[in-house]
Amino acid sequence: MTRQPNRQPQKAVGTPQSRVDGRLKVTGQATYAADHDVTGVAYGVMVDATVGRGRITGVDTRAALDQPGVRAVLHHGNAPRLPYVDNPGSNNPPGERLRVFQDDRVRFFGQPVAVVVADTLEAAQHAASLVTVTYAAEPPSTDLTTAPADEPQRYARGDAEAAWAAAPVKLDLAFRFSRNHHNPMEPHATIARWEGDTLTLWDKTQWVVGGTQQELASVFGIPQQSVRVISPFVGGAFGSGLRAWPHVTVAALAARVTGRPVKLVLSRRQLYFGTGHRPAYTYALKLGSDRRGRLAASIQDIRAETSSYETFTEAVMGPGHMMYRTPNVRQAYATVPLDVNTPIWMRGPGYATGAHVVECAMDELAHELGVDPIELRLRNEPETDESSGLPFSSRRLRECLATGAREFGWHRRNPAPRSTRDGDWLVGTGMAAAVYDFGRAPAQAHARINADGTALVQAATSDMGPGTYTSMPQVAADALGLTMTTVEFRLGDSLMPPTPPHGGSMTMASVGSAVQDACDKVRRQAITLAVNDARSPLHRVNPDDVVVRDGRMHVKNDPTRGETYRQLLGRNQRDHLEVIGSWGPPEQSRYSMHAFGAVFTEVAVDDRLGLVRVRRMLGVYDAGRIINPKLADSQALGGMVGGIGQALLEHTVTDARDGRIVNANLADYLVPVNADIPDLRAIYLDGGNDQNADPIGVKGLGEVVIVGVAAAITNAVFHATGRRIRELPITAEALL
Amino acid sequence: MFPFTYTKAADTRAAVAAGQRGGRFIAGGTTLVDLMRETVERPDTVVDISGLPLGEITTTRSGGVRIGALVRMSDAAADRRVRNTFPVISQALELSASAQLRNMATIGGNIMQRTRCTYFRDVSAACNKRAPGSGCAALEGFNRSHAILGGSSQCVATHPSDVAVAFAALEASVHLLGPDGERGVPFTEFLLRPGNTPEREHALRPGELITAVEIPAHPRPLRSGYLKVRDRQSYEFALTSAAVALHLGGGVVRAAKVAAGGVGTVPWKLTAVEQRLLGERPSDRLWTAAAAVAADDAEPLAHNEFKVELLKRTVERQLRVVGGTR
Repeated sequence: MTRQPNRQPQKAVGTPQSRVDGRLKVTGQATYAADHDVTGVAYGVMVDATVGRGRITGVDTRAALDQPGVRAVLHHGNAPRLPYVDNPGSNNPPGERLRVFQDDRVRFFGQPVAVVVADTLEAAQHAASLVTVTYAAEPPSTDLTTAPADEPQRYARGDAEAAWAAAPVKLDLAFRFSRNHHNPMEPHATIARWEGDTLTLWDKTQWVVGGTQQELASVFGIPQQSVRVISPFVGGAFGSGLRAWPHVTVAALAARVTGRPVKLVLSRRQLYFGTGHRPAYTYALKLGSDRRGRLAASIQDIRAETSSYETFTEAVMGPGHMMYRTPNVRQAYATVPLDVNTPIWMRGPGYATGAHVVECAMDELAHELGVDPIELRLRNEPETDESSGLPFSSRRLRECLATGAREFGWHRRNPAPRSTRDGDWLVGTGMAAAVYDFGRAPAQAHARINADGTALVQAATSDMGPGTYTSMPQVAADALGLTMTTVEFRLGDSLMPPTPPHGGSMTMASVGSAVQDACDKVRRQAITLAVNDARSPLHRVNPDDVVVRDGRMHVKNDPTRGETYRQLLGRNQRDHLEVIGSWGPPEQSRYSMHAFGAVFTEVAVDDRLGLVRVRRMLGVYDAGRIINPKLADSQALGGMVGGIGQALLEHTVTDARDGRIVNANLADYLVPVNADIPDLRAIYLDGGNDQNADPIGVKGLGEVVIVGVAAAITNAVFHATGRRIRELPITAEALL
Repeated sequence: MFPFTYTKAADTRAAVAAGQRGGRFIAGGTTLVDLMRETVERPDTVVDISGLPLGEITTTRSGGVRIGALVRMSDAAADRRVRNTFPVISQALELSASAQLRNMATIGGNIMQRTRCTYFRDVSAACNKRAPGSGCAALEGFNRSHAILGGSSQCVATHPSDVAVAFAALEASVHLLGPDGERGVPFTEFLLRPGNTPEREHALRPGELITAVEIPAHPRPLRSGYLKVRDRQSYEFALTSAAVALHLGGGVVRAAKVAAGGVGTVPWKLTAVEQRLLGERPSDRLWTAAAAVAADDAEPLAHNEFKVELLKRTVERQLRVVGGTR
């Protein structure tokens, strides 16, 4: 058992710092995956299947190979066989992953079936359009509602059927969710280079170690240490980078065969077919309560699409069994294999879907009973997490609701639908609670104090946008007793200490705690060196009485007695001090851990044209300690924008006849633009510091901020129009 | 992208000659380059006409406005004469695309832009417009954005331009220069319905170059405006749109010019609506009654049935916005 290090003053944590890499980003100097300058690079462009299911009967590459500069065209007929060793502990869902160019089977429209490698991008693109692939096509299965489902996952407590039958107030609701795509700004891209049996990958990924490094090592059957992954910048991902998709293997395979480093950048269109998506769902809910709105029964039947070859599941059942006190719950969650690419987590995974249903249903129940929606939620606040029996590490939902109601002006609202008109617009307000089961996982970090008094901290994590580059130095600076400007944080290289996936709202909690541990330890090492050094002013001082400020160690109650790191290391002729720190959650958790929030919004609906426009939105969050309020605002406002997209615009459309995604581009797959985004505001509850969760007291913010947004909008649309819309996105035609 | 030869036309005569040899004109390039990247368009020769002297806006002797083919969308929208005389044109332009695109795209190119039908833009899909005889994937496919007016069994793709809707409403004409000299074509005859030849989209003869769009004089005062209905507030093509221009005199509608966008295979002139308005006293009831006939000939598809009602409401709304009352 290590001693609890003495508490350092917190000077950087909690302050609104600007991104340390902001200048690099806005001046175009941040090197994203495709930006790395690799000598001798050739360009790979993939050819994708144009049928939704079937067999490849022929690949004619002659016209492509005739093009000047074309080095190779690889496909199942000529590609080397790959070992594809199992990769347990990765993010690959159960099943058999798509094996690129290993057989003639087409499993979904857009599946990579060949790759052209050429000296220039233009030659590769043109040659790719000249590859002729013929198919024996079969009708694909694309209908979530009619295709056969897998055996469902089940959860039950009490006797939900009996309780529902006996409940005085009953709701029976059916919700539908369209498929959504992440659409990060930066396309997925990989540069692969082999040197002997060693593979280097510059890759867009949210998990350099467990995602790309481990997966490519197992695909090629080589030791993990033979693969190095470099990913210093990620231009957004929202979950799409949580596993290595087939194109990463295609790049490595192409490099292996041609003996050249190969750069492969997916087109925007290819991102829709090849990098996962939030699955489409149907979600039926029966909710029973007494006349005061106390929930008695909840019965939920959930269907979600997955691919024919992998079974993707996510935590969609969570909100439906833990959010509100409900004695009797029954849930069934069935995946439906379709001829599609495998889904993956997308911001607020599972919860953005499940909580939407719960929060819309609560609004419907509140209206049914004539109870204020906030009051209804308060009446159903649970004492503990009823699904696990564990106490919450912290649950300040009541405060979120109260603060939100006050700041939004909720109680000025006339609860009657269609009660407010502004010209052609019907105006409504709505709210929803938010919840996310944030992750925590073992992480390591390396901390080093240099002879010049600066520090370098490293971990193989990622920064897809939340500001990891900035928040980690804040934690490190306080633990080291340095100013932020003297601490550098590096990430995104598999040679660095391993970290969990950069997703699931676990980076700050997990990596941040490891960073703090490493920095605490190296600070202790310096203090120990000083108190044992007869030449140090701190000689023989109790180490627990020493604190560090601005790089100078001193006796806590006698600031005049001390010396700097630099003086200590110089005198001792030490180039540096270094430590690998770590943190991991206990195997058996004593708490149920969730971030909470409350979202309030005002919308206007054109009475005749069916258009919905969001007028303002407020989110109040119980997310534990906020390391950097400025970055937190970026997260929160970004989450709200994502939620507005989910509510009103985002919809991946599949042509049922062949599985083609019809709107695989940013002109037809709509994400909000500036004009769609009104006044957004985020508030973080004062005094957040969840020490039950992790040593730095954070609960993760990135996911919870999208949860409940669509429900608040849907509920506001009802308040404006009197129309209940139970399908996302809400379209004009639904409101005409 | 397929390889192509790039040439720059020195003058209009040279451009026409190059066009006659099969050269494809390019000015702003905001549509053509996209389509070339998707290999939908595969021209052998691209003729850059951006240096030609077709960038003027002038007032005609009769009081109309002539907009040169190479005038940028943003410049046309901001032009004082256009803005004052025909606000419907400025509004249609400013509700199109994005600021960046409007700064590049030209008026001639705008009316020549090709449909946003996703099957047309996906070379792996059947499309009679792109590959005559291959079929129409949209008819039985996802057709929410497609036409309810003017379609055929071969094609139901909408014309995407906003300003073309204003031009159709205002009975503009397209000025052309060809090997045989100049000619003018009424706007409503310039763009062609698909019929059995959806690959033929316009009345241009080989080599012909658009030199200008001319909007004739209309009785003044002319009130006009453009309403664009779409899922998001900016940067999206219309679900439905309405260009309305009204001249009121003596308490009644003396002239009515109305066209709709997002609903037709070409910008859709609503003659029946116009007829219904003439000589009538403006009232909410009149707007409703006139708009009620806007979709009389509509033939909706599986996913765009809603456009029938939405079109009527769009026209009704814009009649009220332009004509007043309520």
